[in-house]
Amino acid sequence: MKNYEVVIGLEAHVHLLTESKAFCGCSTKFGLEPNSSTCPVCLGLPGSLPVLNEKAFLYAIKTALALHCKIQNLIKFDRKNYYYPDLPKNYQISQYDMPLAYDGVIEIESQESKKKIRVKRVHLEEDAGKLMHEAEKGVSYVDFNRAGVALLEIVSEPDIHSPEDASAYLVNLKAILKYLKVSDCNMEEGSLRCDANISVRPEGAKALGVKAELKNMNSFKAVRDALSYEAKRQIDLLAAGEKIQQETRLWNEARGLTIAMRSKEDTQDYRYFPEPDLVPFTVDKNKIDQIMRSLPELPQAKKKRFISDYSVSEYDARVLTREADVSDFFEATIKTYNNPKEIANWLLGDIASLLNARKVSIAKTKLKPGHLAEMLEMIHSEEISGKIAKEVLPEVFENGLSPKEIVRQKGLKQIKDSGELTSIIELVIKENEKSTNDYKAGKKNALMFLVGQVMKKTKGKANPKILNNILKNMLGGK
Amino acid sequence: MANTKAIDKKTVEHVARLARVNLSAQEIGIYKKQLADILEYINKLGKVDVKNTLPTSHPIGKMKNVFRKDNMKKSLPVEDVLRNAPNKKDSLFIVPKIIG
Repeated sequence: MKNYEVVIGLEAHVHLLTESKAFCGCSTKFGLEPNSSTCPVCLGLPGSLPVLNEKAFLYAIKTALALHCKIQNLIKFDRKNYYYPDLPKNYQISQYDMPLAYDGVIEIESQESKKKIRVKRVHLEEDAGKLMHEAEKGVSYVDFNRAGVALLEIVSEPDIHSPEDASAYLVNLKAILKYLKVSDCNMEEGSLRCDANISVRPEGAKALGVKAELKNMNSFKAVRDALSYEAKRQIDLLAAGEKIQQETRLWNEARGLTIAMRSKEDTQDYRYFPEPDLVPFTVDKNKIDQIMRSLPELPQAKKKRFISDYSVSEYDARVLTREADVSDFFEATIKTYNNPKEIANWLLGDIASLLNARKVSIAKTKLKPGHLAEMLEMIHSEEISGKIAKEVLPEVFENGLSPKEIVRQKGLKQIKDSGELTSIIELVIKENEKSTNDYKAGKKNALMFLVGQVMKKTKGKANPKILNNILKNMLGGK
Repeated sequence: MANTKAIDKKTVEHVARLARVNLSAQEIGIYKKQLADILEYINKLGKVDVKNTLPTSHPIGKMKNVFRKDNMKKSLPVEDVLRNAPNKKDSLFIVPKIIG
Protein backbone atom coordinates (compact mmCIF):
# COMPACT_ATOMS: atom_id res chain seq x y z
CA MET A 1 0.00 0.00 0.00
CA LYS A 2 1.08 3.54 -0.76
CA ASN A 3 2.06 5.84 2.06
CA TYR A 4 0.09 9.01 2.51
CA GLU A 5 0.94 12.32 4.08
CA VAL A 6 -1.71 14.09 6.15
CA VAL A 7 -1.97 17.86 5.68
CA ILE A 8 -3.80 19.89 8.32
CA GLY A 9 -4.54 23.59 8.74
CA LEU A 10 -6.30 24.89 11.84
CA GLU A 11 -8.70 27.76 12.30
CA ALA A 12 -9.04 28.76 15.94
CA HIS A 13 -11.70 31.16 17.22
CA VAL A 14 -11.07 32.88 20.52
CA HIS A 15 -13.36 35.08 22.61
CA LEU A 16 -11.48 38.15 23.74
CA LEU A 17 -11.77 38.95 27.44
CA THR A 18 -13.62 42.24 27.21
CA GLU A 19 -16.47 43.42 29.45
CA SER A 20 -18.59 44.56 26.53
CA LYS A 21 -19.13 43.26 22.99
CA ALA A 22 -17.01 44.19 19.95
CA PHE A 23 -19.26 46.92 18.58
CA CYS A 24 -21.76 47.74 21.36
CA GLY A 25 -21.94 48.02 25.15
CA CYS A 26 -23.80 44.77 25.85
CA SER A 27 -22.24 42.47 28.45
CA THR A 28 -20.18 39.48 27.30
CA LYS A 29 -20.90 37.53 30.49
CA PHE A 30 -21.58 33.83 29.96
CA GLY A 31 -24.81 32.23 31.18
CA LEU A 32 -27.08 35.29 31.35
CA GLU A 33 -30.82 35.01 30.68
CA PRO A 34 -31.22 34.36 26.93
CA ASN A 35 -31.41 37.52 24.81
CA SER A 36 -31.03 39.75 27.88
CA SER A 37 -27.66 41.05 26.68
CA THR A 38 -28.73 42.47 23.32
CA CYS A 39 -29.34 45.92 21.91
CA PRO A 40 -30.21 47.56 18.59
CA VAL A 41 -26.57 47.29 17.41
CA CYS A 42 -26.00 43.57 18.01
CA LEU A 43 -29.57 42.75 16.94
CA GLY A 44 -29.03 44.61 13.68
CA LEU A 45 -32.05 46.90 14.14
CA PRO A 46 -32.37 49.64 11.51
CA GLY A 47 -30.50 52.87 12.17
CA SER A 48 -28.00 51.44 14.66
CA LEU A 49 -24.29 51.96 14.20
CA PRO A 50 -21.38 49.81 15.42
CA VAL A 51 -18.37 51.42 17.16
CA LEU A 52 -15.25 49.32 17.73
CA ASN A 53 -14.26 48.35 21.28
CA GLU A 54 -10.74 49.72 21.78
CA LYS A 55 -9.74 46.98 24.20
CA ALA A 56 -10.77 44.25 21.77
CA PHE A 57 -8.66 45.92 19.10
CA LEU A 58 -5.61 46.23 21.38
CA TYR A 59 -5.96 42.61 22.55
CA ALA A 60 -6.04 41.54 18.91
CA ILE A 61 -2.87 43.50 18.12
CA LYS A 62 -1.18 42.18 21.28
CA THR A 63 -1.99 38.58 20.34
CA ALA A 64 -0.83 39.11 16.77
CA LEU A 65 2.51 40.50 17.97
CA ALA A 66 2.98 37.62 20.41
CA LEU A 67 2.47 35.25 17.46
CA HIS A 68 5.24 37.12 15.59
CA CYS A 69 2.78 38.47 13.00
CA LYS A 70 3.13 41.56 10.84
CA ILE A 71 0.47 44.19 11.46
CA GLN A 72 -1.53 45.49 8.51
CA ASN A 73 -0.83 49.13 7.65
CA LEU A 74 -4.48 49.94 7.12
CA ILE A 75 -6.99 47.84 8.98
CA LYS A 76 -10.55 47.70 7.71
CA PHE A 77 -13.62 45.59 8.33
CA ASP A 78 -15.82 43.78 5.84
CA ARG A 79 -19.29 42.31 5.81
CA LYS A 80 -19.58 38.57 5.34
CA ASN A 81 -23.09 37.94 4.10
CA TYR A 82 -25.09 34.80 4.77
CA TYR A 83 -28.55 33.89 5.96
CA TYR A 84 -28.62 31.79 9.07
CA PRO A 85 -30.80 32.31 12.15
CA ASP A 86 -27.78 32.77 14.46
CA LEU A 87 -26.91 35.97 12.60
CA PRO A 88 -29.35 38.81 13.31
CA LYS A 89 -27.97 41.24 10.72
CA ASN A 90 -27.66 38.60 7.99
CA TYR A 91 -24.03 39.58 7.81
CA GLN A 92 -21.11 39.19 10.16
CA ILE A 93 -18.67 42.04 10.65
CA SER A 94 -15.36 40.38 9.85
CA GLN A 95 -12.19 41.00 7.87
CA TYR A 96 -11.65 39.65 4.41
CA ASP A 97 -8.79 40.68 2.14
CA MET A 98 -6.84 42.70 4.68
CA PRO A 99 -6.70 40.81 7.97
CA LEU A 100 -5.45 42.75 10.97
CA ALA A 101 -2.23 40.71 11.03
CA TYR A 102 -0.47 38.05 8.94
CA ASP A 103 2.66 35.89 8.58
CA GLY A 104 3.20 34.72 12.16
CA VAL A 105 4.50 31.53 13.69
CA ILE A 106 3.76 29.17 16.59
CA GLU A 107 6.44 26.75 17.75
CA ILE A 108 5.51 23.24 18.76
CA GLU A 109 7.42 20.28 20.14
CA SER A 110 6.87 17.26 17.96
CA GLN A 111 8.30 14.05 19.36
CA GLU A 112 11.10 15.98 21.02
CA SER A 113 11.95 17.92 17.88
CA LYS A 114 10.81 21.49 17.37
CA LYS A 115 8.62 22.59 14.50
CA LYS A 116 7.45 25.97 13.37
CA ILE A 117 3.85 26.19 12.27
CA ARG A 118 3.22 29.31 10.25
CA VAL A 119 0.26 31.51 11.14
CA LYS A 120 -1.36 32.72 7.93
CA ARG A 121 -3.62 35.41 9.35
CA VAL A 122 -5.18 36.82 12.50
CA HIS A 123 -8.37 38.79 12.18
CA LEU A 124 -10.98 40.38 14.37
CA GLU A 125 -14.68 39.69 13.95
CA GLU A 126 -17.91 39.32 15.90
CA ASP A 127 -19.36 36.05 17.12
CA ALA A 128 -22.79 34.79 16.05
CA GLY A 129 -25.68 33.87 18.36
CA LYS A 130 -26.30 30.46 19.83
CA LEU A 131 -28.73 27.92 18.37
CA MET A 132 -30.31 25.08 20.30
CA HIS A 133 -32.16 22.43 18.37
CA GLU A 134 -35.18 20.41 19.30
CA ALA A 135 -35.48 17.95 16.45
CA GLU A 136 -38.71 16.26 17.61
CA LYS A 137 -40.60 19.53 17.64
CA GLY A 138 -39.04 20.66 14.38
CA VAL A 139 -37.81 23.92 15.91
CA SER A 140 -34.58 25.66 16.84
CA TYR A 141 -34.18 28.22 19.63
CA VAL A 142 -32.06 31.34 19.23
CA ASP A 143 -30.15 33.24 21.92
CA PHE A 144 -28.37 36.37 20.68
CA ASN A 145 -26.36 37.07 23.85
CA ARG A 146 -23.21 35.78 22.14
CA ALA A 147 -23.91 37.70 18.91
CA GLY A 148 -21.41 40.53 18.66
CA VAL A 149 -18.88 39.24 21.20
CA ALA A 150 -15.34 40.06 20.01
CA LEU A 151 -13.81 37.03 18.36
CA LEU A 152 -10.26 36.60 17.14
CA GLU A 153 -9.74 34.17 14.29
CA ILE A 154 -6.27 32.64 14.06
CA VAL A 155 -5.59 30.65 10.91
CA SER A 156 -2.56 28.42 10.44
CA GLU A 157 -0.91 27.48 7.18
CA PRO A 158 -1.32 23.79 6.25
CA ASP A 159 1.97 23.00 8.01
CA ILE A 160 0.63 20.37 10.40
CA HIS A 161 1.08 16.71 9.53
CA SER A 162 -0.44 14.70 12.37
CA PRO A 163 -3.37 14.89 14.78
CA GLU A 164 -0.84 14.99 17.65
CA ASP A 165 0.87 18.05 16.19
CA ALA A 166 -2.53 19.69 15.69
CA SER A 167 -3.19 19.18 19.38
CA ALA A 168 0.28 20.47 20.33
CA TYR A 169 -0.34 23.59 18.25
CA LEU A 170 -3.59 24.26 20.09
CA VAL A 171 -2.06 23.59 23.50
CA ASN A 172 0.70 26.12 22.76
CA LEU A 173 -1.71 28.66 21.28
CA LYS A 174 -3.90 28.38 24.37
CA ALA A 175 -0.88 28.81 26.66
CA ILE A 176 0.16 31.98 24.81
CA LEU A 177 -3.36 33.43 24.93
CA LYS A 178 -3.63 32.74 28.63
CA TYR A 179 -0.21 34.28 29.35
CA LEU A 180 -1.36 37.38 27.49
CA LYS A 181 -4.59 37.34 29.53
CA VAL A 182 -6.57 38.18 26.39
CA SER A 183 -8.88 35.15 26.63
CA ASP A 184 -9.91 32.61 29.23
CA CYS A 185 -9.84 29.92 26.49
CA ASN A 186 -12.64 28.00 28.14
CA MET A 187 -13.54 25.32 25.59
CA GLU A 188 -16.63 24.22 27.50
CA GLU A 189 -18.08 27.73 27.35
CA GLY A 190 -17.02 28.10 23.73
CA SER A 191 -14.46 30.82 24.28
CA LEU A 192 -11.90 28.71 22.38
CA ARG A 193 -13.18 26.82 19.36
CA CYS A 194 -11.41 25.11 16.52
CA ASP A 195 -12.17 24.05 12.96
CA ALA A 196 -9.73 22.08 10.83
CA ASN A 197 -9.00 21.65 7.15
CA ILE A 198 -7.58 18.25 6.40
CA SER A 199 -6.47 16.50 3.24
CA VAL A 200 -4.14 13.64 2.38
CA ARG A 201 -1.73 13.13 -0.51
CA PRO A 202 0.61 10.36 -1.63
CA GLU A 203 3.97 10.80 0.07
CA GLY A 204 6.23 13.02 -2.00
CA ALA A 205 3.38 14.59 -3.97
CA LYS A 206 3.52 18.37 -4.36
CA ALA A 207 -0.14 19.20 -4.99
CA LEU A 208 -2.52 19.26 -2.05
CA GLY A 209 -5.35 16.73 -1.97
CA VAL A 210 -9.04 17.63 -1.83
CA LYS A 211 -9.76 18.89 1.66
CA ALA A 212 -12.59 18.44 4.11
CA GLU A 213 -13.45 21.09 6.66
CA LEU A 214 -14.11 19.63 10.10
CA LYS A 215 -16.33 21.36 12.62
CA ASN A 216 -17.86 20.73 16.03
CA MET A 217 -14.76 19.62 17.93
CA ASN A 218 -15.17 20.78 21.52
CA SER A 219 -11.96 19.63 23.19
CA PHE A 220 -8.32 18.98 22.32
CA LYS A 221 -9.12 15.28 22.47
CA ALA A 222 -12.01 15.75 20.04
CA VAL A 223 -9.65 17.56 17.63
CA ARG A 224 -7.20 14.64 17.80
CA ASP A 225 -9.88 11.98 17.44
CA ALA A 226 -11.73 13.74 14.61
CA LEU A 227 -8.51 14.31 12.64
CA SER A 228 -7.37 10.70 13.13
CA TYR A 229 -10.73 9.43 11.97
CA GLU A 230 -10.86 11.76 8.98
CA ALA A 231 -7.28 11.04 7.86
CA LYS A 232 -8.02 7.32 7.85
CA ARG A 233 -11.34 7.83 6.04
CA GLN A 234 -9.65 9.83 3.28
CA ILE A 235 -6.70 7.44 2.94
CA ASP A 236 -9.07 4.46 2.72
CA LEU A 237 -11.08 6.21 -0.01
CA LEU A 238 -7.98 7.04 -2.06
CA ALA A 239 -6.53 3.56 -1.57
CA ALA A 240 -9.80 2.12 -2.89
CA GLY A 241 -9.44 4.33 -5.96
CA GLU A 242 -12.30 6.62 -4.97
CA LYS A 243 -12.49 10.41 -4.98
CA ILE A 244 -12.75 12.74 -2.01
CA GLN A 245 -15.52 15.35 -2.03
CA GLN A 246 -14.75 18.86 -0.91
CA GLU A 247 -17.21 19.34 1.92
CA THR A 248 -17.84 20.40 5.49
CA ARG A 249 -18.07 17.51 7.94
CA LEU A 250 -19.26 17.50 11.53
CA TRP A 251 -17.47 15.52 14.23
CA ASN A 252 -19.92 13.29 16.06
CA GLU A 253 -18.33 12.71 19.45
CA ALA A 254 -20.79 10.02 20.60
CA ARG A 255 -20.38 7.91 17.46
CA GLY A 256 -16.72 8.73 16.95
CA LEU A 257 -17.02 9.68 13.29
CA THR A 258 -17.39 12.62 10.93
CA ILE A 259 -20.61 13.24 8.98
CA ALA A 260 -21.01 15.31 5.81
CA MET A 261 -22.87 18.54 6.61
CA ARG A 262 -23.08 20.74 3.54
CA SER A 263 -23.49 19.33 0.07
CA LYS A 264 -21.48 20.62 -2.83
CA GLU A 265 -24.17 22.67 -4.58
CA ASP A 266 -24.58 24.62 -1.34
CA THR A 267 -21.03 25.99 -1.48
CA GLN A 268 -20.89 29.26 0.40
CA ASP A 269 -20.85 32.54 -1.42
CA TYR A 270 -20.32 35.24 1.18
CA ARG A 271 -20.29 38.30 -1.11
CA TYR A 272 -17.82 40.17 1.09
CA PHE A 273 -17.73 43.93 0.80
CA PRO A 274 -16.21 46.70 2.95
CA GLU A 275 -18.22 47.55 6.09
CA PRO A 276 -19.30 51.15 5.45
CA ASP A 277 -20.38 51.70 9.09
CA LEU A 278 -16.83 51.44 10.46
CA VAL A 279 -13.95 53.73 9.60
CA PRO A 280 -10.47 52.29 8.90
CA PHE A 281 -7.89 51.80 11.65
CA THR A 282 -4.14 52.19 11.84
CA VAL A 283 -1.56 51.40 14.50
CA ASP A 284 1.57 53.52 14.37
CA LYS A 285 5.08 52.21 14.92
CA ASN A 286 5.35 53.76 18.41
CA LYS A 287 2.20 52.02 19.56
CA ILE A 288 3.44 48.70 18.16
CA ASP A 289 6.78 49.13 19.97
CA GLN A 290 4.96 50.03 23.16
CA ILE A 291 2.78 46.90 22.97
CA MET A 292 5.83 44.78 22.12
CA ARG A 293 7.60 46.01 25.23
CA SER A 294 4.55 45.27 27.37
CA LEU A 295 4.34 41.62 26.28
CA PRO A 296 4.91 39.25 29.20
CA GLU A 297 7.50 36.49 29.06
CA LEU A 298 5.83 33.85 26.88
CA PRO A 299 5.73 30.07 27.49
CA GLN A 300 8.61 29.16 25.14
CA ALA A 301 10.97 31.72 26.66
CA LYS A 302 9.93 30.81 30.18
CA LYS A 303 10.48 27.13 29.47
CA LYS A 304 14.03 27.80 28.33
CA ARG A 305 14.70 29.91 31.38
CA PHE A 306 13.33 27.25 33.75
CA ILE A 307 15.66 24.65 32.23
CA SER A 308 18.72 26.85 32.53
CA ASP A 309 17.94 28.59 35.85
CA TYR A 310 16.37 25.76 37.79
CA SER A 311 17.83 22.67 36.07
CA VAL A 312 14.42 21.06 35.68
CA SER A 313 13.92 18.57 32.84
CA GLU A 314 12.62 19.62 29.43
CA TYR A 315 9.38 17.77 30.12
CA ASP A 316 8.87 19.31 33.57
CA ALA A 317 9.63 22.76 32.19
CA ARG A 318 7.10 22.32 29.40
CA VAL A 319 4.29 21.24 31.73
CA LEU A 320 5.16 23.85 34.36
CA THR A 321 5.01 26.67 31.83
CA ARG A 322 1.82 25.58 30.07
CA GLU A 323 -0.22 27.74 32.42
CA ALA A 324 0.95 31.06 33.75
CA ASP A 325 -0.77 30.33 37.08
CA VAL A 326 1.34 27.22 37.60
CA SER A 327 4.65 28.76 36.54
CA ASP A 328 3.99 31.78 38.78
CA PHE A 329 3.22 29.45 41.69
CA PHE A 330 6.41 27.49 40.99
CA GLU A 331 8.61 30.56 41.06
CA ALA A 332 6.90 32.06 44.11
CA THR A 333 7.51 28.81 46.03
CA ILE A 334 11.19 28.74 45.07
CA LYS A 335 11.63 32.11 46.72
CA THR A 336 11.07 30.60 50.16
CA TYR A 337 12.08 27.00 49.56
CA ASN A 338 14.94 26.71 47.16
CA ASN A 339 14.56 23.22 45.76
CA PRO A 340 13.04 23.51 42.27
CA LYS A 341 13.05 19.78 41.57
CA GLU A 342 11.03 18.94 44.71
CA ILE A 343 8.58 21.74 44.04
CA ALA A 344 8.17 20.59 40.43
CA ASN A 345 7.50 17.02 41.60
CA TRP A 346 4.72 18.13 43.90
CA LEU A 347 3.21 20.56 41.41
CA LEU A 348 3.17 18.03 38.58
CA GLY A 349 2.20 15.11 40.82
CA ASP A 350 -0.13 15.41 43.78
CA ILE A 351 -1.12 19.02 43.21
CA ALA A 352 -1.90 18.43 39.52
CA SER A 353 -4.13 15.45 40.47
CA LEU A 354 -5.99 17.54 43.03
CA LEU A 355 -6.50 20.31 40.46
CA ASN A 356 -7.68 17.87 37.81
CA ALA A 357 -10.14 16.21 40.15
CA ARG A 358 -11.61 19.59 41.10
CA LYS A 359 -11.28 21.09 37.61
CA VAL A 360 -9.91 24.35 38.97
CA SER A 361 -6.82 26.39 38.22
CA ILE A 362 -4.23 26.65 40.96
CA ALA A 363 -4.78 30.40 41.40
CA LYS A 364 -8.41 29.73 42.37
CA THR A 365 -7.59 27.33 45.22
CA LYS A 366 -6.75 28.14 48.82
CA LEU A 367 -3.30 26.61 48.38
CA LYS A 368 -0.67 29.34 48.36
CA PRO A 369 3.04 29.10 47.46
CA GLY A 370 3.88 29.74 51.13
CA HIS A 371 1.92 26.62 52.13
CA LEU A 372 3.82 24.37 49.75
CA ALA A 373 7.16 25.84 50.84
CA GLU A 374 6.25 25.31 54.50
CA MET A 375 5.15 21.73 53.88
CA LEU A 376 8.33 20.85 51.97
CA GLU A 377 10.38 22.41 54.75
CA MET A 378 8.60 20.17 57.26
CA ILE A 379 9.42 17.09 55.20
CA HIS A 380 12.99 18.25 54.91
CA SER A 381 13.37 18.70 58.67
CA GLU A 382 11.64 15.35 59.25
CA GLU A 383 8.73 16.87 61.11
CA ILE A 384 6.45 14.90 58.80
CA SER A 385 7.02 12.19 56.22
CA GLY A 386 6.26 12.53 52.54
CA LYS A 387 3.39 10.15 53.06
CA ILE A 388 1.82 12.31 55.74
CA ALA A 389 2.36 15.35 53.51
CA LYS A 390 0.12 13.70 50.91
CA GLU A 391 -2.63 13.67 53.57
CA VAL A 392 -1.99 17.24 54.62
CA LEU A 393 -2.13 18.68 51.10
CA PRO A 394 -5.86 18.11 50.38
CA GLU A 395 -6.65 19.74 53.74
CA VAL A 396 -4.76 22.87 52.73
CA PHE A 397 -6.71 22.82 49.46
CA GLU A 398 -10.04 22.63 51.24
CA ASN A 399 -9.66 25.08 54.10
CA GLY A 400 -6.54 27.13 53.38
CA LEU A 401 -4.99 26.43 56.80
CA SER A 402 -1.22 26.29 56.97
CA PRO A 403 0.36 22.81 56.86
CA LYS A 404 1.86 23.42 60.33
CA GLU A 405 -1.57 24.15 61.73
CA ILE A 406 -3.11 21.06 60.11
CA VAL A 407 -0.30 18.85 61.42
CA ARG A 408 -0.79 20.33 64.89
CA GLN A 409 -4.59 19.98 64.89
CA LYS A 410 -4.56 16.42 63.62
CA GLY A 411 -1.50 15.34 65.58
CA LEU A 412 0.34 14.23 62.47
CA LYS A 413 3.80 15.15 63.67
CA GLN A 414 6.39 12.43 63.32
CA ILE A 415 7.12 10.36 66.40
CA LYS A 416 10.83 10.74 66.97
CA ASP A 417 10.76 10.00 70.67
CA SER A 418 12.69 6.72 71.19
CA GLY A 419 10.79 5.84 74.35
CA GLU A 420 7.41 6.17 72.69
CA LEU A 421 8.56 4.22 69.64
CA THR A 422 10.20 1.51 71.73
CA SER A 423 6.97 0.70 73.55
CA ILE A 424 5.05 0.44 70.27
CA ILE A 425 7.76 -1.75 68.74
CA GLU A 426 7.72 -4.04 71.77
CA LEU A 427 4.01 -4.52 71.27
CA VAL A 428 4.43 -5.28 67.56
CA ILE A 429 7.17 -7.82 68.24
CA LYS A 430 4.96 -9.55 70.78
CA GLU A 431 2.04 -9.70 68.35
CA ASN A 432 4.13 -10.96 65.42
CA GLU A 433 6.17 -13.80 66.80
CA LYS A 434 6.45 -15.57 63.45
CA SER A 435 7.86 -12.63 61.56
CA THR A 436 10.22 -11.89 64.41
CA ASN A 437 11.57 -15.44 64.26
CA ASP A 438 11.73 -15.32 60.45
CA TYR A 439 13.88 -12.24 60.66
CA LYS A 440 16.14 -13.77 63.25
CA ALA A 441 16.45 -16.82 60.99
CA GLY A 442 17.80 -14.55 58.26
CA LYS A 443 14.69 -13.54 56.30
CA LYS A 444 15.38 -9.85 55.69
CA ASN A 445 11.94 -9.28 54.21
CA ALA A 446 10.35 -9.90 57.57
CA LEU A 447 11.79 -6.59 58.79
CA MET A 448 9.74 -4.68 56.23
CA PHE A 449 6.61 -6.38 57.47
CA LEU A 450 7.35 -5.41 61.06
CA VAL A 451 8.09 -1.80 60.04
CA GLY A 452 4.76 -1.80 58.27
CA GLN A 453 2.99 -2.97 61.42
CA VAL A 454 4.54 -0.16 63.46
CA MET A 455 3.55 2.38 60.79
CA LYS A 456 0.02 1.01 60.92
CA LYS A 457 -0.16 1.47 64.69
CA THR A 458 1.27 5.00 64.45
CA LYS A 459 -0.83 5.92 61.40
CA GLY A 460 2.34 6.46 59.40
CA LYS A 461 3.80 8.91 61.87
CA ALA A 462 6.84 6.95 63.05
CA ASN A 463 10.14 8.44 61.93
CA PRO A 464 11.40 5.71 59.58
CA LYS A 465 15.09 6.10 60.41
CA ILE A 466 14.67 5.96 64.18
CA LEU A 467 12.11 3.17 63.88
CA ASN A 468 14.51 1.07 61.79
CA ASN A 469 17.36 1.56 64.22
CA ILE A 470 15.38 0.66 67.31
CA LEU A 471 13.74 -2.32 65.64
CA LYS A 472 17.04 -3.75 64.39
CA ASN A 473 18.60 -3.26 67.81
CA MET A 474 15.76 -4.99 69.60
CA LEU A 475 15.79 -7.92 67.18
CA GLY A 476 19.51 -8.18 67.58
CA GLY A 477 20.09 -7.45 63.93
CA LYS A 478 23.52 -7.51 62.44
CA MET B 1 -12.84 47.27 -17.37
CA ALA B 2 -16.43 46.45 -18.05
CA ASN B 3 -17.79 43.37 -16.32
CA THR B 4 -18.95 41.31 -19.23
CA LYS B 5 -20.34 38.40 -17.25
CA ALA B 6 -23.82 37.81 -18.59
CA ILE B 7 -26.72 37.42 -16.20
CA ASP B 8 -28.23 34.07 -17.09
CA LYS B 9 -31.02 32.06 -15.53
CA LYS B 10 -28.56 30.12 -13.36
CA THR B 11 -27.07 33.30 -11.92
CA VAL B 12 -30.52 34.64 -11.02
CA GLU B 13 -31.38 31.36 -9.33
CA HIS B 14 -28.10 31.41 -7.41
CA VAL B 15 -28.60 34.97 -6.20
CA ALA B 16 -32.20 34.14 -5.25
CA ARG B 17 -31.09 31.16 -3.19
CA LEU B 18 -28.43 33.23 -1.41
CA ALA B 19 -31.16 35.74 -0.50
CA ARG B 20 -33.55 32.92 0.46
CA VAL B 21 -36.13 34.17 -2.06
CA ASN B 22 -38.39 31.84 -4.05
CA LEU B 23 -38.87 32.99 -7.62
CA SER B 24 -41.34 31.76 -10.23
CA ALA B 25 -40.15 31.13 -13.80
CA GLN B 26 -41.75 34.40 -14.84
CA GLU B 27 -40.01 36.34 -12.06
CA ILE B 28 -36.66 34.83 -12.99
CA GLY B 29 -37.15 36.31 -16.45
CA ILE B 30 -38.00 39.73 -15.00
CA TYR B 31 -35.00 39.79 -12.66
CA LYS B 32 -32.67 38.51 -15.33
CA LYS B 33 -33.40 41.63 -17.34
CA GLN B 34 -33.38 43.99 -14.35
CA LEU B 35 -30.09 42.66 -12.97
CA ALA B 36 -28.50 42.89 -16.40
CA ASP B 37 -29.67 46.52 -16.70
CA ILE B 38 -28.22 47.37 -13.28
CA LEU B 39 -24.89 45.76 -14.08
CA GLU B 40 -24.72 47.56 -17.38
CA TYR B 41 -25.34 50.84 -15.60
CA ILE B 42 -22.69 50.12 -12.97
CA ASN B 43 -20.24 49.07 -15.65
CA LYS B 44 -20.17 52.65 -16.89
CA LEU B 45 -17.78 53.20 -14.00
CA GLY B 46 -15.31 50.99 -15.84
CA LYS B 47 -14.94 53.68 -18.45
CA VAL B 48 -13.78 56.31 -15.97
CA ASP B 49 -10.08 57.06 -16.12
CA VAL B 50 -8.70 56.31 -12.61
CA LYS B 51 -5.00 56.47 -13.47
CA ASN B 52 -4.46 59.34 -11.05
CA THR B 53 -6.99 58.34 -8.40
CA LEU B 54 -6.01 56.49 -5.21
CA PRO B 55 -8.22 53.53 -4.21
CA THR B 56 -10.86 54.61 -1.69
CA SER B 57 -11.33 52.16 1.15
CA HIS B 58 -13.95 54.24 2.90
CA PRO B 59 -16.32 57.04 1.94
CA ILE B 60 -15.49 59.20 4.97
CA GLY B 61 -12.25 60.77 3.80
CA LYS B 62 -9.52 60.89 6.38
CA MET B 63 -11.49 59.87 9.46
CA LYS B 64 -9.93 56.85 11.16
CA ASN B 65 -9.42 55.12 14.53
CA VAL B 66 -12.86 55.77 15.98
CA PHE B 67 -13.16 53.67 19.13
CA ARG B 68 -15.36 53.28 22.15
CA LYS B 69 -14.02 52.36 25.60
CA ASP B 70 -14.73 48.85 26.85
CA ASN B 71 -17.62 49.98 29.05
CA MET B 72 -20.84 48.09 29.58
CA LYS B 73 -24.11 49.76 28.74
CA LYS B 74 -27.64 48.77 29.57
CA SER B 75 -29.11 46.29 27.12
CA LEU B 76 -32.70 46.25 25.91
CA PRO B 77 -35.36 44.67 28.15
CA VAL B 78 -35.97 41.10 26.97
CA GLU B 79 -39.68 41.90 26.36
CA ASP B 80 -38.64 44.55 23.86
CA VAL B 81 -36.11 42.29 22.21
CA LEU B 82 -38.78 39.64 21.62
CA ARG B 83 -41.66 42.03 20.89
CA ASN B 84 -41.65 41.45 17.11
CA ALA B 85 -40.85 37.75 17.26
CA PRO B 86 -43.51 35.67 15.53
CA ASN B 87 -42.67 32.73 17.78
CA LYS B 88 -40.91 32.66 21.15
CA LYS B 89 -40.53 30.69 24.38
CA ASP B 90 -38.76 31.47 27.66
CA SER B 91 -36.82 34.50 26.35
CA LEU B 92 -35.76 32.57 23.24
CA PHE B 93 -36.65 33.18 19.62
CA ILE B 94 -38.12 30.13 17.90
CA VAL B 95 -37.30 29.44 14.26
CA PRO B 96 -37.96 26.44 11.99
CA LYS B 97 -35.47 23.69 12.77
CA ILE B 98 -32.04 24.18 11.26
CA ILE B 99 -30.28 20.87 11.81
CA GLY B 100 -32.31 17.66 11.77
